[in-house]
Amino acid sequence: MNRIEQVFKNKNSKVLNVYCTAGYPKLDSTLEVMQALQESGADLIELGMPYSDPLADGPVIQHSGSIALSNGMTIATLFKQLKDFRKTVTVPVILMGYMNPVMQYGFEKFCSDAAAVGIDGLILPDLPQYEFETEYGAIIKKYGLDFIFLVTPETSEKRVKELDALSTGFLYAVSSSSTTGNDKDFGAVETYLQRLKNLQLNNPVLVGFGIKDKQTFESASKHSNGAIIGSAFVKALENSSDIKADTKKFIANVLA
Amino acid sequence: MKQTFTSPDTKGYYGKFGGAYIPEMLHRNVEELQSKYLEIMYEKGFREEFNALLKDYVGRPTPLFLAERLSKQFNTNIYLKREDLNHTGAHKINNAIGQVLLAQRLGKKRIIAETGAGQHGVATATVCALKGIECIVYMGVKDIERQAPNVARMKMLGAKVMPATSGSQTLKDATNEAIRDWINNPTDTHYVIGSVVGPHPYPDMVARFQSVISEETRWQLKEKTGSELPTHVVACVGGGSNAAGAFYHFLDEPQVQLVAVEAAGLGVNSGHSAATTQLGTAGVLHGSKSIVMQTEDGQVVEPHSISAGLDYPGIGPLHAHLFDSGRGKFLSATDDESVQAAFNLCKLEGIIPALESAHALAGLNQLQLNEKNVVVLCLSGRGDKDLATYMNRMDA
Ligand SMILES: Cc1ncc(COP(=O)(O)O)c(C=O)c1O
Repeated sequence: MNRIEQVFKNKNSKVLNVYCTAGYPKLDSTLEVMQALQESGADLIELGMPYSDPLADGPVIQHSGSIALSNGMTIATLFKQLKDFRKTVTVPVILMGYMNPVMQYGFEKFCSDAAAVGIDGLILPDLPQYEFETEYGAIIKKYGLDFIFLVTPETSEKRVKELDALSTGFLYAVSSSSTTGNDKDFGAVETYLQRLKNLQLNNPVLVGFGIKDKQTFESASKHSNGAIIGSAFVKALENSSDIKADTKKFIANVLA
Repeated sequence: MKQTFTSPDTKGYYGKFGGAYIPEMLHRNVEELQSKYLEIMYEKGFREEFNALLKDYVGRPTPLFLAERLSKQFNTNIYLKREDLNHTGAHKINNAIGQVLLAQRLGKKRIIAETGAGQHGVATATVCALKGIECIVYMGVKDIERQAPNVARMKMLGAKVMPATSGSQTLKDATNEAIRDWINNPTDTHYVIGSVVGPHPYPDMVARFQSVISEETRWQLKEKTGSELPTHVVACVGGGSNAAGAFYHFLDEPQVQLVAVEAAGLGVNSGHSAATTQLGTAGVLHGSKSIVMQTEDGQVVEPHSISAGLDYPGIGPLHAHLFDSGRGKFLSATDDESVQAAFNLCKLEGIIPALESAHALAGLNQLQLNEKNVVVLCLSGRGDKDLATYMNRMDA
């Protein structure tokens, strides 16, 4: 059983996945942030690989990516930083990023290097279903990585089922059709999550986009297996002089 | 669908390039377009409305003008396809009309667009005014400065111009912002992309709307020369929509040489260039796989061109395929060469070309032409928007 499965086996509600950007706020804070998240009680970590043109991200995560890039972060540097991270980090880690840098690195080499350092899964929002099925899915599988598809309130029931069948690890339910970091009315989100729940999917469902505090985390978790916090945590680190303390404080507020 | 140069396969691929690399948030909108665009575009009522607007509103067909003094200079026969004479001053309006009519048939109430030189923004704002639809145009801060007359035109036409402040603050970033707007407004909005870029079906859809350029060229050339086929078709390439339109009905005529001219900026190897096929590698940008200017780490680089409409680090997948397969010949012209070519056209033919089109003119210097050749050059737009830049150069 892999690490992601293990998390959901031990805990099937209020699973907390937290997003952080590699190389942010400082080039070599990547590991420190991950360790702080684990110590503070995050169940999974989504580690973002910065990209010049992150279409699915809102201003906060875009900005963190620009800072990481100007700090000098690259995929090659990231794998160097992650070389021994499994000595200290035991929670599952999912790499999130965009197709272009991964293709440039070499898709297979990327999967192979990710698996070698101990990465558990991938989220590549602009890798489409057709290309996944015909070309890339087999490579991802070959290296034992999970692949997590996104679904939105606009995704048809038929398509949700197809994407659920292709996903392993969990399914990422975008709380509304929007870029990350957007505020939306949570009532409509609950109806949508209830709808997903009724489909009896194979994978656990984590809800992302717009989750920022205890209240949104709990309402998202009510009809799903947990939630993903991104922009709000990235913002909390923006001017941090003590990553450990600020991470603890942030997560403690969410889990209080 | 069988793949030829004129149509991609059912997944939107021209050879290795194309596809729809989009996040799930755009899936429903893009799929709706994929499944309906051909049916809507070729429906009789649509054709009639589209063609009537092209004729009576835009002023088509645009003339095919034998530029005698320019021809003499190059010892050949050069016909200018006068897209600069379209209403709003460039080829962009052909596509803007097509997409706004299509958006209406999809029941969309709000139109968004990106713009570089401002010509596509002006064209979209114009058609939205005509049809009484809300219009929001994203434009890089740097382009807002260098294309001020077009910003004023868009505002006067009732469009909202939203500055794109991220990255290089040019066309690439305006496109990112427009895509994010579409993600955040998934039900009521249509995104009018201004070139043959973006996820499938945009490259094919925009090429088809622009194909009127070569459709007219064929019969006009037949009237003037007795043959529908030129030896060369020359056009500038930013994303590649005027070139796609000018090439379209010649794509499957291998004896016609297709010449695409990219912007070399300060020089291809100067570090300040937008010559994508020479500097780029295979990659994904704005929803399709194509040739992209990028670092070794896959970060898209900031291009440079004096011409805002060519200041883009990618090209449409059709052009990537024309380049990759050798069907198209790709040249590049520097800022200086293009400005000189613009002044040359003014002097010889009394036409002030857009800076973008000036690159196509500058490309003529690199072709071995003779008196037997018949060259069609797509004069994609007029230079009114570029007068400040030209005046700076004239004083210098
Ligand atoms: C006059 C003119 N020509 C050419 C272009 C470049 O676009 P494309 O390569 O799509 O024709 C522009 C873009 O703004 C333009 O305004």
